[in-house]
Amino acid sequence: MTAPVVVVTLVLVGYPLLRGAYLSLTDATEANMGRTIGMNVIPSTYEFVGLANYADILTSSTFVTRLTWTVVWTIVCVVLHVGIGLGMAMLLDRPMRFRSLYRVLLVLPWAVPAFVSAFIWRYLLNGEFGVVNAMLRAVGLAGISWLDDPFWAKVSVIACNVWLGVPFMMLALLGGLQSIPRELHEAAEVDGATPWQRFRHITVPGLRPVSSTVVLLGTIWTFNQFPVIFLLTRGGPGGATEILVTYAYRQAFEGIRDYSGSAAWGLVILALLVVLAGVYRRALKQQGEAW
Amino acid sequence: MSRVVHRTRDSRSPAKSVALHLTLIAASVVSVFPVAWLVLTSLKPRQVIETASVGLFEQPTLANYTQVLGQTKFLTWAANSVIVSLATAVLGVLLSATTGYAVSRFRFPGFRSVMWMLLITQMFPVAILIVPIYNLMAGLGLINQFPGLVVAYLTSTVPFCAWMMKGYFDTVPVTIDEAGRVDGLTPFGTFWRLILPLAKPGLAVAAFYSFLTAWAEVAYATAFMTGDERYTLAVGLSQFVGQHKAEWGLLTAASVLIAIPAAAVFLLVQRHLVTGLTAGATKA
Repeated sequence: MTAPVVVVTLVLVGYPLLRGAYLSLTDATEANMGRTIGMNVIPSTYEFVGLANYADILTSSTFVTRLTWTVVWTIVCVVLHVGIGLGMAMLLDRPMRFRSLYRVLLVLPWAVPAFVSAFIWRYLLNGEFGVVNAMLRAVGLAGISWLDDPFWAKVSVIACNVWLGVPFMMLALLGGLQSIPRELHEAAEVDGATPWQRFRHITVPGLRPVSSTVVLLGTIWTFNQFPVIFLLTRGGPGGATEILVTYAYRQAFEGIRDYSGSAAWGLVILALLVVLAGVYRRALKQQGEAW
Repeated sequence: MSRVVHRTRDSRSPAKSVALHLTLIAASVVSVFPVAWLVLTSLKPRQVIETASVGLFEQPTLANYTQVLGQTKFLTWAANSVIVSLATAVLGVLLSATTGYAVSRFRFPGFRSVMWMLLITQMFPVAILIVPIYNLMAGLGLINQFPGLVVAYLTSTVPFCAWMMKGYFDTVPVTIDEAGRVDGLTPFGTFWRLILPLAKPGLAVAAFYSFLTAWAEVAYATAFMTGDERYTLAVGLSQFVGQHKAEWGLLTAASVLIAIPAAAVFLLVQRHLVTGLTAGATKA
């Protein structure tokens, strides 16, 4: 009964994937791709070129630069997401006044659609009349050209992404914290464990089922984070903030559209992620975690 | 339990309490400030916005809103976004619920690879499917058409939702299926009349996830929608801040109009979304 649906679903993903893989082995661009203009059907004239696209990518200096920045971006963002998220979750995981109010306020960045957030930050960080620079000037400092300086642009995209990514981690980890039985903490306290020992030996292992999943999800999402980079800095200035996915996208849809090159970039990125997930899974398994 | 709670609250020293609340207040300010500033800015006239003042209210006006609603295509874009997101949600739930049910109940050859496929698609960078799908849609004449965009979104929402739905169906005892069959229901009848109603929370999460994904998607919408009659909000907004002129007043007003309903709905359902996202993951 449901077999047809599974087939449809697989076709929905499998066919484009296979076609992408095939395109990546050709020299297809906008110029030689078959198309229909009015009544005229122009056949495709692109040719099979084997692994040439991959060789080009892997030997290019762009690849190394983009990959380095993508890795830095992913690590910094995920570390800050998890670190701040865990900190906030632990602050919220206790009885206190205004707890639900804090919770709602802290979740707000996640509630705003990411593309809207990217625009908000573009305005906040605007060099001339952005409020961040206005505040810096108000206390007598010079404004910073946040989005036009390669270094500060990197800081800006990371700040924006951290801002919008922390709430998810916070909520997920808060759920994890609440599933740890209170008795464990109480027993440890009675036995004279220090707060650090309790954190290290109760909280961290207790969170593992949740944290192992969300860290992997977070890493993949950040690695593939498109809207923040694309809308906040457009990969600029001069490609300084361009990560692999935005670069591959630009290949396909800006200038002379390089479909085959972009498809090859896409597969290289996917390969990197699959390897990453595999290594991660193996690392979890070694710690006795059957995921 | 309540006694324990009481004890912890009383046992916190006043200094610790103050530190706790100050930290949370500081974090809340960081989290709310950008949104609050957006709302305040949208109420300022253009000449104030462009003077980089840090005043909260200056010559408050609704001019930006009337201009966005009256003189731009904002309402068209909003309607487009709703159409595309609703279609993605409805079709996505139908496909992912049936697929999720199949992988939850039936052990068929290639089962493990189907599960892996569903999981791996979550890692797909936009760059990997967008070119083949674009070419496919171009071949079918579906560029700048809603169905083309919806199909593109389904490729990313269905696998993940199916994976998540499998987690929900796994919690529904198989004995219910058997009872249905004994009582003479067809396999589809069992699924439709017995299992689906039991998995309602999961369906809601899947629908909401699909809707949100389509609502906030930028890459496909930018590449596929070429005429401004067909833009979704994510694409349309960039029109206000182009390369040469930036209409910050229009941008902020439009952003508020998008963000407020989105945030309201989101805050109502986010609790379920988090459990849904992690439940599917841990039960797989």
